[in-house]
Amino acid sequence: MISEIIGEFLVLFGTIFYFLSSLGLIRMPDVYNRMQTATKSATLGSLGVIIGVGIWAIGHVGSYAWLPKTFVIAVFLLLTNPISAHALIRAAYKSGIPLWEGSIVDKYREYLEKEEGKEEVSDETKEGEQ
Amino acid sequence: MEKASKISRYLYTVIVLFVIWLFLTSSLDPQELTIGLLFSIIIGALTYEVFTERGLANLHPRRIAYAIAYIPYFLWAMIMANLDVAYRVLHPKRPINPGIVECKTVLKNNAGKLALANSITLTPGTITLDVKGDRYFIHWIDVKDASVEGASDNITRPFEKFLKVIFE
Repeated sequence: MISEIIGEFLVLFGTIFYFLSSLGLIRMPDVYNRMQTATKSATLGSLGVIIGVGIWAIGHVGSYAWLPKTFVIAVFLLLTNPISAHALIRAAYKSGIPLWEGSIVDKYREYLEKEEGKEEVSDETKEGEQ
Repeated sequence: MEKASKISRYLYTVIVLFVIWLFLTSSLDPQELTIGLLFSIIIGALTYEVFTERGLANLHPRRIAYAIAYIPYFLWAMIMANLDVAYRVLHPKRPINPGIVECKTVLKNNAGKLALANSITLTPGTITLDVKGDRYFIHWIDVKDASVEGASDNITRPFEKFLKVIFE
C-alpha cells in the first residue's frame, strides 16, 4: 500500500520534470541553453519515472523482481545521458553554431584561437628550418 | 599510473559483469547463477583489456565507502539543479547569463575525469563542452565569476574531494 503511494508520487515527480524539460526547449534562446534544460530535467525525470515504476510494482503487482531491473536501467541512463549531451553540445560548437548574443565570456574560442596561432607559428618555424 | 596485473583486472571485470547479471535476472536460482557466471567469464576474457586499468584495487573499502557517500550528495545536487532549471524556465524574465568558462582540475585519472565531467553536466547550470588535459571548458548558464580560479571554486571543487579518493 505504502509502496504504491511512493511509486505514484515518484512517477508524478518525474513527469513534472519531463514537462519542464520540454518547456525549456521552447523558452531558451540558443542550443547551448536548451541542452542545459533538456539534459538535466529529462535525466532526473527519467530516474523518477523508472524507479517509481519499480517501487509501484511492489505494491500493485506484488513482485520484487521489477525493482532491481529498473535500478539497472536507471544507472545506465544516469551514466550515458550526460555523455550524449556532451557529444551533442561539442558537435554543435565545432560546426560553428554561435552563442546567444547575451553570452558574456567565451574562453573556449580564446583557447582555440591560441592553439591555431601556435600551430601556424610552429609550421612557419619548420619551413624556415627546411 | 601503472597497470595492475592481468589476473586482477580480469577478476574485477568478471565481478562487475556478474553483479550486473544478478541485478538483471533478480533471482538466486542456482541454474541462473551458473549460466551467468559462465557468460561473465567468457565476456570478461574478451573485454577486460579495455574495461579497467587498475583491477581489484577498485574494490578497496575506503573507495567503496566514499562512492556510497557520494551517491546521496550527488542526487541532492541533481535535485537542486532541476529546481534551478525549473526556476529559470518558469520565471517570466528568463534570468540567464550564459558563457563558456574554463576550469582546472586536480584529477589525473581518465575515469575520474569522466566522472567529474558527468557530475558537472548533471548539476546546477553547467554542462561540459570539452576536456583538454586538466582544463575543462564548461558552458555555465549563470556566470558569476569568469576567471579560471573562481570558476573552479564554484564548479569542480565540491566534487573533487569525493572523486579524488574514489579514482586516484
